[in-house]
Amino acid sequence: MQIIKDKAIVEDHWIHYSGEGDLPKGDVIVSFDYWAENKDKLSGRRLGLRLEPDSLVKNIQSDLDDFALIAINFPSFNDGRGYSIAKILRDRYGYAGEIRAVGDVMRDQLFYMQRCGFNAYEIKAGRDIQDALKAFDDFSVKYQTSSDEPLPLYRRR
Amino acid sequence: MYIYDKNDQHIVEERAAQFRGQVERRLKGELKEEEFRPLRLQNGLYLQLQAYMLRVAVPYGLLSSRQFRMLAHIANKYDRSYGHMTTRQNIQFNWPKLEDVPNILDDLASVQMHAIQTSGNCIRNISADQYAGVAKDEIVDPRPYAEIMRQWSTFHPEFAYLPRKFKFAFTGAVQDRAAIKFHDIGYRAVKNEAGEIGFQIYVGGGMGRTPMIGKLVNDFVPEKDLLIYTEAIMRVYNQFGRRDNKYKARIKILVHELKLEEFTRRVEDEFTAICEEGAVPLDQAEIERVSAHFVDPNYENLSGESENLDHNLRDNKDFSLWYKYNVESHKKSGYAIVNLSLKKKGVPPGDITDVQMLLVADLADHYSFGEVRATHEQNLVLADVKKDDLFALWKAVRDLGFGEPNIGTLQDIICCPGLDFCTLANARSLPIADKIIRRFDDFDYLYDLGILKLKMSGCINACGHHHVGHIGILGVNKKDVEYYQITLGGSADDNASIGKIIGPGFDQDEIVPALEKILATYISLRLEGEEFLSTYNRVGMEPFKEQLYANH
Ligand code: SF4
Repeated sequence: MQIIKDKAIVEDHWIHYSGEGDLPKGDVIVSFDYWAENKDKLSGRRLGLRLEPDSLVKNIQSDLDDFALIAINFPSFNDGRGYSIAKILRDRYGYAGEIRAVGDVMRDQLFYMQRCGFNAYEIKAGRDIQDALKAFDDFSVKYQTSSDEPLPLYRRR
Repeated sequence: MYIYDKNDQHIVEERAAQFRGQVERRLKGELKEEEFRPLRLQNGLYLQLQAYMLRVAVPYGLLSSRQFRMLAHIANKYDRSYGHMTTRQNIQFNWPKLEDVPNILDDLASVQMHAIQTSGNCIRNISADQYAGVAKDEIVDPRPYAEIMRQWSTFHPEFAYLPRKFKFAFTGAVQDRAAIKFHDIGYRAVKNEAGEIGFQIYVGGGMGRTPMIGKLVNDFVPEKDLLIYTEAIMRVYNQFGRRDNKYKARIKILVHELKLEEFTRRVEDEFTAICEEGAVPLDQAEIERVSAHFVDPNYENLSGESENLDHNLRDNKDFSLWYKYNVESHKKSGYAIVNLSLKKKGVPPGDITDVQMLLVADLADHYSFGEVRATHEQNLVLADVKKDDLFALWKAVRDLGFGEPNIGTLQDIICCPGLDFCTLANARSLPIADKIIRRFDDFDYLYDLGILKLKMSGCINACGHHHVGHIGILGVNKKDVEYYQITLGGSADDNASIGKIIGPGFDQDEIVPALEKILATYISLRLEGEEFLSTYNRVGMEPFKEQLYANH
């Protein structure tokens, strides 16, 4: 599958594992609950963790080193909790791995998402991924500080 | 007023370009309506009963004459030659075509205006005291802070998809004219004993179906922490505000359900955490840079007395009434604040034609340093008029149709668009407002009634602020018949209160007689010089109820 990562289109090999059936080989992304119950089984693997909008990011603060990737699910475009989750992971907990937006993700959110610390995006099916790539250039000026910009505009005017 | 630099200008231009792309994708079918919806809403574009409606932001209600002329141009070119001033100091156009909206945004950008975040579940346009900078009772001019906050909230990446819409209001005066306790966050700029500026922060006020009065979360947030503290509140709300039920999604419900103490604790914890991350405080240099745009205009040094004014007040009764009701005292001697009344029979409250906009712009240039203000009571203000000019201005304003001497009276109705335009409405509100204005058009009677705030909404969403009307009217729908419920005792000022429903509603023929009875009851019960709200607070609902439902 193709995804956007670090503002480029790349081939992606991560597997989303729903928790049903055998745990696939390779790099898997598992849910918080699955991870919490199967830590032993998973140890030593390259692992991705999938958070939902209501996941309490505090709960994984001390385990962040275990994850090469954290996927944050957007069940709907309108649910903005994932932005705060990413922001806290990056800026408060200093998480340096991949933060990936999954779910109802399309062009029009990407600008905000990259500002909050996301660096990878699974664009939802049926959308033009090339077109989505243009979103990063929607705005050249940013008023506020965020993960991508340590200084407010008033220190850069 | 604030003048954009190249950065600010870039942002509005890039937004217009971005929206042009989104409209093109929508028109080509690449975006479904349900996907386009949140995008257009972040840009103030609603789908109403018969057409799109575009809401243009008027930050804290301030407009230059040049901007007002552009609004006139837009009304003329893309709409039916009028606009509508809203209850949040914005202006709406009711009839634009979708394909024209990108051009309208370009036109707006050319005069440093936009429609950014005038709807949608994001931080909305910021409102403020309409007399900011000129009021006698002002301690701190809130406009620089409102502008700083406008910039901070514009395209804030984290807070664009909140559980629900989010409204800020600012005041820096003793008297609250901005209804700060009825906003998601209300900010009152104050000075501490050391003379430092800070903010009292009220959270969780609002109208809608569960009206609530905002609660004081912090008594003094130093100005340097204004943005950080706000970020903390927003992050707590974004994470914990309810998303399962649209009617429970506003921050007022979160504050209510968590209780003030727990909510405040979470905000304070979040604030501490942000500071520990190394948050950048609001620089004094930035406050000064923005404040430099809001310094006093070139006032002349005038005496408080005006010959011209005094003799016209003596000689002309109509003028003197207008002066009494529509003119407010100004901080600068020799100047006055003038309200233009957009309440008049036959015209929906807040409506203004393109021709009137042009004329108001001319008056602003001629008499008031080229600035106009919009009020949440749906009127306009010329804030810096020389007393010597008042008589000449009055004649011009009267010719324009904005000279009704009715500010603060029963005729000065706040009213939402209701069923004539709004998809959510239960009942029409504009025709009822017109009936009321026609019925109560005897000015001696109106003046005898004194200050009386009548506010009307076409449904429980309360865009017409009926909860805080001394008398509120709420449109409801019972078995396909429009009914009107009356509330008494609301107030949006410092002694904030929410009106209570008096009893069963009235249909469109009964509502005006019902109002007559309420007013007659007030007149019979009031003490010498007592205003409606005070009488109500003294005697309570019962006597009004008895009279109103006596024959039922
Ligand atoms: S109060 Fe109701 S009817 Fe009136 S504008 Fe708001 S949503 Fe529409």
